[in-house]
Amino acid sequence: MQFTLNGRAVDVDAHPMRRLLDVLREDCALTGTKEGCGEGECGACTVLVDGQGVVSCLVPFAQVEGRDVRTIEGADAQALQRAFMDHVGAQCGICTPGMIMAAMSLGPDPTRRQMQEALAGNLCRCTGYEAIFRAISAAKRASRKTPLSVEVTT
Amino acid sequence: MRSAVSTLELRRPRSVREALTMLRDDGPLVPLAGATDLYVALNFGTLTGTRFIDLWPLEPLRRIEMHGEVLSLGALVTYTGLTRSRLVKQRLPMLVDAARLVGGIQIQNRGTIGGNIANGSPAGDTLPVFAAAEATVVARSASTERRIPFVDFYSGYRTSVLQPDELIVAVEVPAVSGQQWFRKVGTRAAQAISKVVIAAVRADSPRVALGSVGPVVVRARKAEQALATGQGIDAAVTALEAEIQPIDDVRSTAEYRRVVAGNLLRQFWMQTAE
Amino acid sequence: MANLTERAVGRSVARKDGIGKATGKAVYADDLVFPGMLHGRTIRSTIPRGRVRAIRRNFDPEGFTVVDFRDIPGKNVIALIDEDQPCLVEREVRHVAEPILLLAHADRERLLGADVALEYERDVPVLEPAASTVVFKQIHIEKGDVDANLASADVVIEGTYRTGAQEHVYIEPNGVVAVQEEGGLAVYGSIQCPFYVHKALVALLGDAVTHVRVVQTETGGGFGGKEEFPSVIAAHAALLALKSGRPVKIIYDRAEDMVATTKRHPSVVRHRTGVSRDGRIVTMDIDVLMDGGAYVTLSPVVLSRGAIHAAGPYRCDHTRIVGRVAMTNTPPNGAFRGFGAPQTQFAMEVHMDRVAEALGLDPVQLREINALRPGDTTATGQTLGSDCSALETLQRAVAKSGYAEKRARARDAQHGVGVSLFYHGSGFTGSGELRLASRAAIEVTERGVRVLTSSTEIGQGTRTMHAQIVADALGVPYESVEVAQPDTSRVPDSGPTVASRTCMVVGGILQRAATEMRRRIGDASPAEYFRAHGALRVEAEYEQPDWIRWDDETYRGDAYATFGWGCNVAEVELDPVTFEVRPVRLTAVVDVGKAIHPALAIGQIEGGSAQAVGYALLEHVVMRDGAMANGQLTNYVIPTTLDTPPIDVELVENPYPGGPFGAKGLGELPMDGPAPAIVNAIRSLGIDVREVPALPEVLLRDSLGRRGLHSARDRESITAAGR
Repeated sequence: MQFTLNGRAVDVDAHPMRRLLDVLREDCALTGTKEGCGEGECGACTVLVDGQGVVSCLVPFAQVEGRDVRTIEGADAQALQRAFMDHVGAQCGICTPGMIMAAMSLGPDPTRRQMQEALAGNLCRCTGYEAIFRAISAAKRASRKTPLSVEVTT
Repeated sequence: MRSAVSTLELRRPRSVREALTMLRDDGPLVPLAGATDLYVALNFGTLTGTRFIDLWPLEPLRRIEMHGEVLSLGALVTYTGLTRSRLVKQRLPMLVDAARLVGGIQIQNRGTIGGNIANGSPAGDTLPVFAAAEATVVARSASTERRIPFVDFYSGYRTSVLQPDELIVAVEVPAVSGQQWFRKVGTRAAQAISKVVIAAVRADSPRVALGSVGPVVVRARKAEQALATGQGIDAAVTALEAEIQPIDDVRSTAEYRRVVAGNLLRQFWMQTAE
Repeated sequence: MANLTERAVGRSVARKDGIGKATGKAVYADDLVFPGMLHGRTIRSTIPRGRVRAIRRNFDPEGFTVVDFRDIPGKNVIALIDEDQPCLVEREVRHVAEPILLLAHADRERLLGADVALEYERDVPVLEPAASTVVFKQIHIEKGDVDANLASADVVIEGTYRTGAQEHVYIEPNGVVAVQEEGGLAVYGSIQCPFYVHKALVALLGDAVTHVRVVQTETGGGFGGKEEFPSVIAAHAALLALKSGRPVKIIYDRAEDMVATTKRHPSVVRHRTGVSRDGRIVTMDIDVLMDGGAYVTLSPVVLSRGAIHAAGPYRCDHTRIVGRVAMTNTPPNGAFRGFGAPQTQFAMEVHMDRVAEALGLDPVQLREINALRPGDTTATGQTLGSDCSALETLQRAVAKSGYAEKRARARDAQHGVGVSLFYHGSGFTGSGELRLASRAAIEVTERGVRVLTSSTEIGQGTRTMHAQIVADALGVPYESVEVAQPDTSRVPDSGPTVASRTCMVVGGILQRAATEMRRRIGDASPAEYFRAHGALRVEAEYEQPDWIRWDDETYRGDAYATFGWGCNVAEVELDPVTFEVRPVRLTAVVDVGKAIHPALAIGQIEGGSAQAVGYALLEHVVMRDGAMANGQLTNYVIPTTLDTPPIDVELVENPYPGGPFGAKGLGELPMDGPAPAIVNAIRSLGIDVREVPALPEVLLRDSLGRRGLHSARDRESITAAGR
C-alpha cells in the first residue's frame, strides 16, 4: 500500500487492519514511536497524518493510504528536540517522541494553557510537565531567533 | 495487542453507494471510522466480529452544512471538525463544549460523531447533546433513507434500531432556542471518561439530558416538567433522582452520580437564569 | 591537582544522554530485535488462592516452546530477601496473575491464540491485612516512657489514616530480551538493578549456564517498579531462551503490567498523641499496618523505612512505633518511590493538622514548635547535626507561598491551603549500606575516563551526575568523562538504583575512586596517562562513616547517614457541585545538601510532586476478588497536563559533609509531602478526610450531612485527660 513516510514515497505490504504503530515499528524499522498503553491514553505513539497528531495504536494501516505520515525520525523539530534535552523536558525519554510530535501543533508563542491543552493527551510520569513547558517555550523562542538568511528566489 | 489481526477482513469501498451495497450483499460488516473505540477493543482482544468496512475515506460523510434551519453534520465529522466549525459554534455550542472534552487532541482528530452514536456507550459525550437538541439520526441503506428521532434511536444498553445494512450518514439538528449548557464530570481534568455528563437547554420548555446515569442516555422528562411548570429547582432535583439509575463501577459510585447529577441540574438552573 | 573545584558540579551541564531520547534513537527493550527471536507469554493464575489441579494445553504444539517449573535447572525461586516466591507455580497458588506456565513462539498471533485451560481446587483467600495471620515482618521502635506520658498529657488526640495502593505507571511497561551466548546467557532489559536480576538468574539457572550477563537498556521510567520485579520477567525470558535455544523477548502490555506487577503497599496508620496545651508533642504512640501481598519481596524493608519515618520530622522524647506488614492473597507489593515513608508521613502530617485543630493552633505554628533541630534526637535515638533543615524549609516554604494571607482568606471561596513537613533518609537503612558493600570504578581511556557503576539512568540523571562528580573530583573536563552502560560483566556491583543513594552513596564512592586515580596518575591527564602507560582502572568500595551506630535488633541508633528535608504548601480549589479538587499551586522547598545538577534536581522535585498529586487525588487501585479490576490507563488515571498544578521549587543547600560536594539523597523525598499538604488543604475547607486517594466520592461521603470538622462518625475523640 502506498503512502508518504517522512517525506518519501513508500510502498509497504502489510495487513490493512494492522495498527499503524506496528507497521512503523516493525515493517519500517522506525522504533522511535513508542507503545505505552495500546488504548490511546498515553500519547507515546503519536505521529502526524496529514499534519494532524493521532495515536498510531488506534489507526488501521489501511487508513493512511495516500496520506502523509510523519514520525519522530522524520519530524522537522530540531529546535524542540534540542530544547527537550537542554531544559530537561525529557527525563527517561519514553514519552518524548510522542510529546514532541504533539507539540508540533503549537503556534509560535503558546501560553501555558495552550501547551496544557495541546499536550493533554500525552502522559508523562517523570517531569510533572513543568520542564516540558519550559522546553517548548525555549524552543519557540529559539525558532524566532533563527539567524538572518538571504533567501534566493528564482 | 491481543487480537489476531490476520483473521480480520477489511472491505474498502470507494463511495458511500459502494459501502451500502457491501453492507447489503457482503454483510455482516462492522463499520470502522476513527477507530478510537474499535481499536481499543482490538488492542484488548475483545473485538466482537471479524469483518469490517472502512468508512474513513468517504469525504461526502464529512460535510457540515445547513439545510434551511436544520444543521446537518456528516457522520464522519470529527471532534476537531466540530470545534473548528463556525456553524456548529453558532448553532450548537454545547456540542463544541463536548467535543473539546472528549479526549486529547489526538482523539479529537480521529473520533467521529457517527462513531460516538453507533458505539452507544452510556458515557458517550455527544449523546446527551443530541438528546437535548432533539436531533435526528439519518440512516441510509442501499434502498432506503430514514430519519430516526434521537429519542427513539436506542432500544437498550449499547443497542440501537439501526439495521445491519444501514449506515449513519448524518445527524440533523433543528434550531435550538434557549441557552445551551453542557458539563462533563470525568475522572480527571482531561482525557477522561465521564462519570456524569449533562446537556441542557434553558427555555420555556427546558430540556435536560444526562449520560453515565443509566444504560442509555436519559432525557429527564419529569425534571423538565417540574421546571417548566414552575415547581422550582428542588422539586426538579427530586424528580431527577427518580429518573436515573446510576451504578457503582470502577470509576465511581451510584451515590456520587446521583448527588452530582442533582447538583449539576441546580448549577445549570442557576447559571442560565436571566 | 586533587582540588575539588566545582567546574561541572553545581551547573546544569549538557546531559550525557545525548539527543537520542528526543530523536527516537535511544534504544529501549522493545526496540531490540535479534535474529530468530521468539516472543514469550506468561500463563497466569486466575484465582487468588488454591492449588492447580490440571493444566490442559489445547493448541497445536508446532513451533512452541513450553516451560513449567520442572524446566528450572537451579532453584525455583525469585531470589530476593526471602526465598518464598517461586518463579513458576508448582501446585500452590497464592495470588491472581501468579505465573504458572511460559510459552514462546515466533508468531505472536499463534502465541496469543494458544489456549491453556487451568483447573483449580480453590481456597478462601485472605484479602484484608488486618485479618491475616501471616506477618512478614514486625518492628518495634521505642524511646522514653510512652504509656506514662499518655496518661499524664494535657490533651490526647487519636486518629486513623489510610493510604491506598499505587501503581507506578512508568510509561514504558516491563520488558526484557534473553539471548544465549557462548554457553551463557545475556538478558537485556528495562531494569533498575542489573545485579539483583543477576543474582536471581544465577540461583534459578544453576549449572545450566556458564555465566549470566545482565545489561540495562534505556529505561522508560522505574520509580521502584523495576527494582525487584524485573527478576521475575527476566527469569521467564531466560528459561524460554534456554529451552528453545533462541532469543526470547517478553514485553508486557499495559494491562498485564498493571495487574500482575508490584504496587505501593497500602497502609493503615493509627496515632495516639499526647500534647501539652502550649503545643508541645509530649508522646507519640503509632501503629503501622501494611499489606504486603502474597510474597515477602521487599516488605520488611518497606515497613522498616515506613516505621522509622512514622513520627515525622518532629522532636518527641517518648515515642513508640509498632509496625507489621501482613500477607494477603494479592499480587505482591513492592518498591515504589518513598518506600513506606509516603504512607506513614501522610498519616503523621494529617494527624498534625488534627492536633493543631484540637489545640486551636495554626498548623505551621504547631510544626515550628515541634520540628527537629540540630542536636535533637529522632525516634530511633539518632542525634541530628547541622545538616538538619526542618525549620528552615518550613519557614521558607511558608514565606514563599504566601501561606499566611492565603490561609486567612475566607473559606467560602472554596480555596484551601495546607502544609506538610517531611524528611527522608538517604541511602539504605542502618547497616544496609555496609551489607551492600557497593563498588564503583573509573578507568582511563584515550579520550579521558570512563565511569563504571551498576547505577542505572532511569531519567533521574545518573549518567550526568556521576560524570560531573568524577570530572570535578579528578580535575578533568566534564566533556572527557564518559559513562559505561550498566552491563554486569563490565561494571562492579554498585548496589541497586534505589533508596536515594545513587548520588550520595555511589557518587561518594566515585569521588574517592577519582581521588585515588589522581594520586596514581600525578599531573598527567588521564588520556596522556593511557597513551604513556596503557590501561588503568581504579575501583573503590563503600566506606561507612565511622560515627554511625545502628542496632538491627532494637532498631536504635543512626538509621541514616543523613536526611533530606522538605516542606510543601498546597493550594486547592474545591468544586461544591462535583467535590472535585483542583490543585492550584504547590510550593516545594527542599534541602538537597548540594544540587549537583540544579535542573535535574528540580526535575526530581517537580516529577515526584506530580506523582504525589496523583497519589493524593486521582490514583485508585480497585481490587475485586484479589485482582486489580481497573488495570487500564482509561480507568486508573494519572495526572495529565491539566491535572498538575504549577510547582514552585526552591532548593536549599545545607550540605551533608559526608556526601559528594555535600549532596544528600533526593529522588524519593519529593514523594513524601504533597499528599498530606493537599489533604490538609481540603481539610481547611471543613471536610474531615483522612485518606488518599481523596476522591470526589470520598469527599462527598466525608462531608455529607454535617458541617465542621468533628463528625458524628468520628469515634476517635479528642480527650482531655485530667492534669
